[in-house]
Amino acid sequence: MSSDPYSDRGNKDLSLGNPKGMGTATPVKQGGKSYPSAGGPFLIGENMTGGYGAGPDILHDCTIAVDRGEIAVIVGPNGAGKSTGMKAVFGMLNLREGHVKLDGEDITQLSPQDRVAKGMGFVPQTSNIFTSMTVEENLEMGAFIRTDDISGTMAQIYDLFPILKEKRLQAAGELSGGQRQQVAVGRALMTQPKVLMLDEPTAGVSPIVMDELFDRIIEVARTGIPILMVEQNARQALEIADKGYVLVQGRNAYTGTGKELLADPEVRKSFLGG
Amino acid sequence: MRVRATLYSPDELIYDKDFELDLLNAIVALSNFVIIPAMSYGAQLALGALGVTLIYGILRFSNFAHGDTMAFGAMVTVLVTWLFQSWGISLGPLPTALLALPFGILGCMALLLATDRVVYRFYRAQKAKPVIFVIVSLGVTFILNGLVRFIIGPDDQRFLDGERFIISARTFKEITGLREGLAFKTTQGITILTAVIVVALLFWFLNRTRTGKSMRAYSDNEDLALLSGINPERVVRVTWLIVAGLATIAGVLYGLDKSFKPFTYFQLLLPIFASAIVGGLGNPLGAIAGGFVIAFSEVTVTYAWKKVVTYVVPEDMAPDTLVQLLSTDYKLAVSFVILLIVLLVKPTGLFAGKAV
Repeated sequence: MSSDPYSDRGNKDLSLGNPKGMGTATPVKQGGKSYPSAGGPFLIGENMTGGYGAGPDILHDCTIAVDRGEIAVIVGPNGAGKSTGMKAVFGMLNLREGHVKLDGEDITQLSPQDRVAKGMGFVPQTSNIFTSMTVEENLEMGAFIRTDDISGTMAQIYDLFPILKEKRLQAAGELSGGQRQQVAVGRALMTQPKVLMLDEPTAGVSPIVMDELFDRIIEVARTGIPILMVEQNARQALEIADKGYVLVQGRNAYTGTGKELLADPEVRKSFLGG
Repeated sequence: MRVRATLYSPDELIYDKDFELDLLNAIVALSNFVIIPAMSYGAQLALGALGVTLIYGILRFSNFAHGDTMAFGAMVTVLVTWLFQSWGISLGPLPTALLALPFGILGCMALLLATDRVVYRFYRAQKAKPVIFVIVSLGVTFILNGLVRFIIGPDDQRFLDGERFIISARTFKEITGLREGLAFKTTQGITILTAVIVVALLFWFLNRTRTGKSMRAYSDNEDLALLSGINPERVVRVTWLIVAGLATIAGVLYGLDKSFKPFTYFQLLLPIFASAIVGGLGNPLGAIAGGFVIAFSEVTVTYAWKKVVTYVVPEDMAPDTLVQLLSTDYKLAVSFVILLIVLLVKPTGLFAGKAV
């Protein structure tokens, strides 16, 4: 691809450059305006159609919503656009159609940074912690946009994840997979978000740790924060879900409560292995 | 006063007083010609390497323009020093350049922010790969190089004034009665002291303040920093400001200690990069250690050891040659060889930086 002047060619010498941790988020545009738009669920991505940059559409008329006190789960086969749907809600891709509304405000035009300020907490699937920084510094960075005293929130997070308190002065990169996910969720909670979005929080952790993480997520939900979550482990996720979305090829295939979807013979046959 | 080890008893060697004196003389000569110069040179390299390593860690490229950034900052300081001298302002025993230093830093800050605005920001917006930034910085190097020479000329400039020595060799000899003198130049003292203060401030800033931590977070994971509400442009701006400070201080200290000549700063790029890589690129602690490793290697390898050796070994073993491993003309080769060895044997550097 030598025709592309900004490609990866000649970029392997690490004594020249440091690509580790380099940003990949493409629409890093600042600003954007939000305006009131009453009604509807607490957070909704409505009829979203769009893709990354100028690329092809990945989402087609896809709707994802979560209401107060709920856990909403997005499941579906590989490549169904689960993570993309979540990123669309967070403003990380260009929507050609549709709206994103949060708490009675249309935030479709806002940049991801501004959505954080509006109260959305997002935990990406990978590289979701600052590995070289201590657990405590990770939490501090999570609260970067806050100007008030953060010690209370930090104490709450240590209550929720006691292991983090124990390891608070250790570099986050030295922790185990499950502990890292706790740091990641803790970091996102530091902004005191109005809604928490988790992209496959249990990817790559052992089943026991997975159960524990699910317990913690339920605990977070009980504090009143609505949770929107993408999950690979469909069955377990739907068990704890108030609302489930099954996506197929970027479209809503099935929607219902977690129990309904678990009981639906079609869903069972296609996604839950009978 | 020649070296003599006298055998008093068959079982133990007892040295006479002359030998003790000779040892002392050897230590003094060593300090005078090796330890003190290497310490101050090391401090200058460390300050330079810190700038390089910060840019590498946060802006993610090796900034080849760093040597000329140092030259530019030092040049502004030299010009302001001359202005002050013409006004008759001085700092008494200390060099006037210290008074002009803040102005040099401000000038350098303005230059770096302007370069970032005009040049680097465009490539950042394209998400250009680091190697492109490196080549861009090479272009900036040539422009700065020309700019500095255009303004102040390619020649050696002297701007040092004030007291030359904290302890001169003669005073030292008079006080101690030793044969060897120990000279401690004011510039060397200032260099070492300034380096300690600057490094302490930098580490405090990076590890204790909110802005410093946000810089580390940005270096670690840009996307997540964005999600945490850290403004990348602000991080970049603060980084350039700090680098301007470090580069100007390093440049002025080097200029005071040796002399100001634009081309030497371009040549300094090699030992500075060697220091940063030996210590581990992206690791500030490594940059400091690397600076001293390179400085001590350069000085010890190019020093003529004859004097020191003559004091230590018995009289009949005194060397006839200079006992100099390499001529000082080759001092740049020393950093190059160390750089090669480190890249071959331990590419991450002594303090495990970002892994080269």
